[in-house]
Amino acid sequence: MPLLKNKRLDLSYSQMKWETVFKRLLITMSAVLVMVVVGILITLIVQSMPSIKSLGVGYLWGKVWDPVQNIYGAWPFLLGTLLTSFTALIISIPFSYAISIYLGEYNTRGWLSNLLKNTVELIAAVPSVIYGFWGLFVLVPVIRLLEMKMGVAPYGVGVFTSSLILAVMIIPYAASLGTSLIRMVPSPLKEGAYALGATRFEVIRSVILPYTRSGLFAGILLSLGRALGETMAVAMLIGNTSTIGNSFKEIFFGPGNTMASVIASQFTEADHTVYLSALIELGLVLFFVTVIINLIGKKIITNYTNN
Amino acid sequence: MDARIRIRNIKSIVFKSVIMFLAFLVTIPLIVILIYIIKQGVMQVNWHFLTNVPAPVGETGGGISNALVGSIIIVALSSVIAIPIGMLAGIYLSENPGTKLAHYSGLCVDILQGVPSIVVGIVVYFWVVKPLGTFSAISGSIALAMMMMPIVIRSTEQTLKLLPDTLKEAALSLGVPYHRVILKVIIPCGFSGILSGIMLSIARIVGETAPLLFTAFGNPYLSTAITKPMQSLPLLIFNYATSPYDDWHNLAWGASFILLMFVLILNISTKLITRKWNIQL
Repeated sequence: MPLLKNKRLDLSYSQMKWETVFKRLLITMSAVLVMVVVGILITLIVQSMPSIKSLGVGYLWGKVWDPVQNIYGAWPFLLGTLLTSFTALIISIPFSYAISIYLGEYNTRGWLSNLLKNTVELIAAVPSVIYGFWGLFVLVPVIRLLEMKMGVAPYGVGVFTSSLILAVMIIPYAASLGTSLIRMVPSPLKEGAYALGATRFEVIRSVILPYTRSGLFAGILLSLGRALGETMAVAMLIGNTSTIGNSFKEIFFGPGNTMASVIASQFTEADHTVYLSALIELGLVLFFVTVIINLIGKKIITNYTNN
Repeated sequence: MDARIRIRNIKSIVFKSVIMFLAFLVTIPLIVILIYIIKQGVMQVNWHFLTNVPAPVGETGGGISNALVGSIIIVALSSVIAIPIGMLAGIYLSENPGTKLAHYSGLCVDILQGVPSIVVGIVVYFWVVKPLGTFSAISGSIALAMMMMPIVIRSTEQTLKLLPDTLKEAALSLGVPYHRVILKVIIPCGFSGILSGIMLSIARIVGETAPLLFTAFGNPYLSTAITKPMQSLPLLIFNYATSPYDDWHNLAWGASFILLMFVLILNISTKLITRKWNIQL
């Protein structure tokens, strides 16, 4: 009998030991996560030090990027990134609002609603390299024809083409968030408006949209974060030139480069320290901008859903 | 008075039609792309295509076996890295929601989710590729694992939070040790939710190209050594799509078809699983 008792005690001691091990393992893994993010930040800062030291802050608005002459200015890429992202955003907003309103208010259940919802989510699932490939062979010739008709240089590739593809790619992010937010609008509010004789359009315009304004804005921010960091589709469609055109038309329809696409196309070619670290500094800027945009977006959503 | 009401009603109907038109217009690009890729790609796919390495320029034929094998190895390795870490961190987040560590690692999940994929590539280049002195499959896997982790963590956390506390309390009151409660009671109960998160994360990373550009790098030959450069489907599509040769474009169309089908099937089967579970990812 005593023997059995000891065995049981041993067993429960070993279980207790495992319990502590398991709890420590959980804590370690969460700590690993924090370390990874801090590590990303430190690596980017350390590696872009040479460029920060030798080029200074003026790097960000230097207009010339010429690695052969050792001149580095990030303005062409900042401009390209801002232009492609915001154009894509402006194109995508009407569509993502329409999807949110349709799925959130007009048609919330049933097969048609589900079908549209799943289709929109599949848009986000298609790999960006496939968007780029398709754009290169289908969209570029179409845009080239369009540009010939408009009388601008018919490159086909360029800022405008990339913005179009980007717009399609970022719609799902704002749309799926918007849909769930609009579905969360309390029905007493809507019923009150209907009782006062409002039409459906008036309910949407003066009750639903004001109520969900901050949440829909957060969705747009998340879409913007995606657009800023998107690499492959843009790298394949934007034409990869580091010079800026003279007129807006030339910039908008001509080839360019974004921060992400220039890193993708030149990183493995960068043959000396300052060149490489100038590219990494672009990555650092991109990291900060997307992280801040994402965190603000998430913050708005948590505030919104808690209220 | 009647006229005003009629105008308001017409406005309402017009608005609804515009909304419906715009909403359904969005599906057109997806359908067009799907049809185009299927049309271009399905002709390429046959046994020869799946079992041979790409032919040199100028020769017809050849296949994408190196990219297929490479993609499978790279994704399998990143799953091995990301799934345990992601699940354990997710369990921690759902079990200890109030602690400081949980707050910071929750914040880090949000940050990691928003990091542009190209930045992950740069960072892993300095963490793994430079110390090893060569591009390698394992560095690509680490980069993809970093993109996979946030999705696995969030899905684990969300699924476990949905489970009733009484489940855990009942098991604990029977004297079951904490780790066995989690591993034998909580995880099995939330298994389909966690599984769908894992599937979704695999669907997300299998098409990622940017983090592999400076890590796995690509390889025209069949290679299974994880410390050597390795080809993968998205890298092959990128390299061959931007090349000037028609034979290579055809290989890329075939590869796109296979990649797209894989991603779509994974996504749709995940949808079928999540329908039971109502999880927001």
